Amino acid sequence: MKQLMLGNAAVARGLYEAGCCVVSSYPGTPSTEITEECAKFDEIYCEWAPNEKVAMETAFGACLAGKRSFCAMKHVGLNVAADPLFTISYTGVNAGMVIGVADDPGMHSSQNEQDSRHYAAAAKLPMLEPSDSAEALEFAKLAYRLSEEFDTPVFLKMCTRVSHSQSIVETSPRAEAPVRPYEKNIAKYVMMPGNAIRRHPVVEERTRRLREWAETAPVNRVEMGDPGLGIITSSTSYQYVREVYGGRCSVLKLGMVHPLPVKLIRDFAAKVDRLVVVEELDPIIENHCRSLGLEVSGKDLLPMEGEFSQALIAAGMGAGTCAGWTIADPIPPRPPVMCAGCPHRGLFYILSKNKCTVLGDIGCYTLGAAAPLSAMEMTACMGASVSGLHGFNKALGAESEHKAVAVIGDSTFMHSGMTGLANIAYNQSNSTVIILDNSITGMTGHQQNPTTGCNIKGEPAGKIDLEALCRSLGFGRVRIVDPYDLKACDAAVREELAADEPSVIISRRPCALLKYVKHSAPLTVDPAKCVGCKSCMKIGCPAISVQDGRARVDGTQCVGCGVCRQLCAVNAFS
Amino acid sequence: METKNIMIVGVGGQGSLLASKLLGHLLMEQGYDVKVSEVHGMSQRGGSVVTYVRYGERVASPIVDRGEADYIVSFELLEAARWLSFLKPDGQIVTSTQQIDPMPVITGAAAYPENLVEKMRAAGARVDALDCLSLAEQAGSSKAVNLVLMGRLSHYFDLPDEAWQRSLEATVPPKFLELNRRAFALGKNAQ
Repeated sequence: MKQLMLGNAAVARGLYEAGCCVVSSYPGTPSTEITEECAKFDEIYCEWAPNEKVAMETAFGACLAGKRSFCAMKHVGLNVAADPLFTISYTGVNAGMVIGVADDPGMHSSQNEQDSRHYAAAAKLPMLEPSDSAEALEFAKLAYRLSEEFDTPVFLKMCTRVSHSQSIVETSPRAEAPVRPYEKNIAKYVMMPGNAIRRHPVVEERTRRLREWAETAPVNRVEMGDPGLGIITSSTSYQYVREVYGGRCSVLKLGMVHPLPVKLIRDFAAKVDRLVVVEELDPIIENHCRSLGLEVSGKDLLPMEGEFSQALIAAGMGAGTCAGWTIADPIPPRPPVMCAGCPHRGLFYILSKNKCTVLGDIGCYTLGAAAPLSAMEMTACMGASVSGLHGFNKALGAESEHKAVAVIGDSTFMHSGMTGLANIAYNQSNSTVIILDNSITGMTGHQQNPTTGCNIKGEPAGKIDLEALCRSLGFGRVRIVDPYDLKACDAAVREELAADEPSVIISRRPCALLKYVKHSAPLTVDPAKCVGCKSCMKIGCPAISVQDGRARVDGTQCVGCGVCRQLCAVNAFS
Repeated sequence: METKNIMIVGVGGQGSLLASKLLGHLLMEQGYDVKVSEVHGMSQRGGSVVTYVRYGERVASPIVDRGEADYIVSFELLEAARWLSFLKPDGQIVTSTQQIDPMPVITGAAAYPENLVEKMRAAGARVDALDCLSLAEQAGSSKAVNLVLMGRLSHYFDLPDEAWQRSLEATVPPKFLELNRRAFALGKNAQ
């Protein structure tokens, strides 16, 4: 049946049709929907793992046991899972194992734009790269065939535009993959030096055979048009090239970006007058062509950073671009903001008011760095707030211990914050860690996590008690505050920073966008009382604006959290 | 046929995903190749969001570039102005007149430009501006702005009403169907 399908949903459909049985992932834009869509198929056991390393190891265990497995992550999640990745390349698989990784060129929702293709080369694993939903579905199935034929985990590499674009796919029924009985094989699966030394040549030989496969594989195809210009490309860049040139150039479209073919590329280069590689981010295909001694253009014409588009490629290749209509007025930017009623807002206001040094983390609350709150000074990766604060305090001692805090969300804490907290408990820095517990993984669109008490399907599941966990790590000072209560937040932050031992503050209130959260009536401002002091504007609430010198609340956005009311000296809010 | 391009622009959380779902269904039913490109993740938190819908005999790129949009459907006035340069010279803007201040305007760092509809028209663009929020509230919910806009957009398409209604049924949850039908009709029939 033909249907319009999101790239990520098409991956899930491909996994389903290929007989995949076990999926374990950690959410991360733009990869999240693959796993959410998998969870809709009863035939697939599906879970959110606490982090990507756990997810990959879970998928590995499942494939070892004999069932086709999968894990998904965003590009930076692959850094977390890199440890198992490099060694399961040596062990190989039993049943097929596919690793979905989604890059984010242009950083729509990411802290960097690293190119995951480097991991395929570094870990010596094959990587398939679809250019639309139909290929996403087809390549997911192909990935399992390759995985089992070549005894290797296989990457399925997505990017934002392929993950989050819908295009037409044709679906087929599921084909159950027979369970491959698990057999004890210490030499293959126990990677101690004596065994790993024997596995490495197997990996090199596998790459050689995969390269041979790549020379004639249908996923690497030549589309001859005008031989004046030959373009080697893959992924969404292929679609942009087709948009710009139609048949007015020849294309070598690569569906497998590691290992790259040699003869196929040489033959294509020989047939065209001018060779150009069009690839987003790093010049991986281009460098491969250079290593073959070919004369090639690429990053001299097109940028290393950001997303491509048809106009960008046309401009880079020397065609003119369209200016389009314009008006003279400057258009103010519209950056993302914390939602009206966001429970993080009150706490960030208190941190800002107390001039705390705030080491931040990855999540909606990273928006605490934006004006007017501007209450975050460092964000790098999952968990870095907690371990970073420990280092900060070890370097400066009392000077920072009574001023600096770490803020980390509940899901991020379970992902990578716990180990940092263990380090504080063990190596004894007087650090104050604030867990922003909004009872969900917010930024990626509301996924459950080990602290919420629900599994991926919303059914009851194990629930980790954050207070008990922190206490058991050795923290004597663990307290809970409601971030809507500014006085209580202020007292908690001041007291815990003043204390002479490490502490954890759990700022607890569910995300205002959760369906079960009941909202209060929107507030209104009495213009007769409002003196226009703008105290309420310090919290950066999108529902409050100043018009004609008086504060005004947008009733369609306000959820009645009442944080603004606590800032008003003249009681103008009701 | 040459590929046609629609952009749906607005503020994260306004409901553009449903609009693109409806258009995707509608155009596929007409036998076109269709691609839709969406925004998920951080920008959805009150930021400027854009969805691209492209259809034709064979669509390659999933995105729309500067000067390529046949239609820009906008949930918010400033967003229509932000994406103005993406309109084709003979393209059509269909916009709600709702104004939502972005954070730089709220904090006083920037001003919300005045008379945007007139300025866009003066620049040469064809602009159909409608108070979609009031019509949505009249239909029964401020959340139905997306269907008011779809009703308005249907003016510019040479497709029978039944085709739109079929796609509405296929994409809207049953319990909101009547509300959305009313919103669609109000947008379609507004003067």
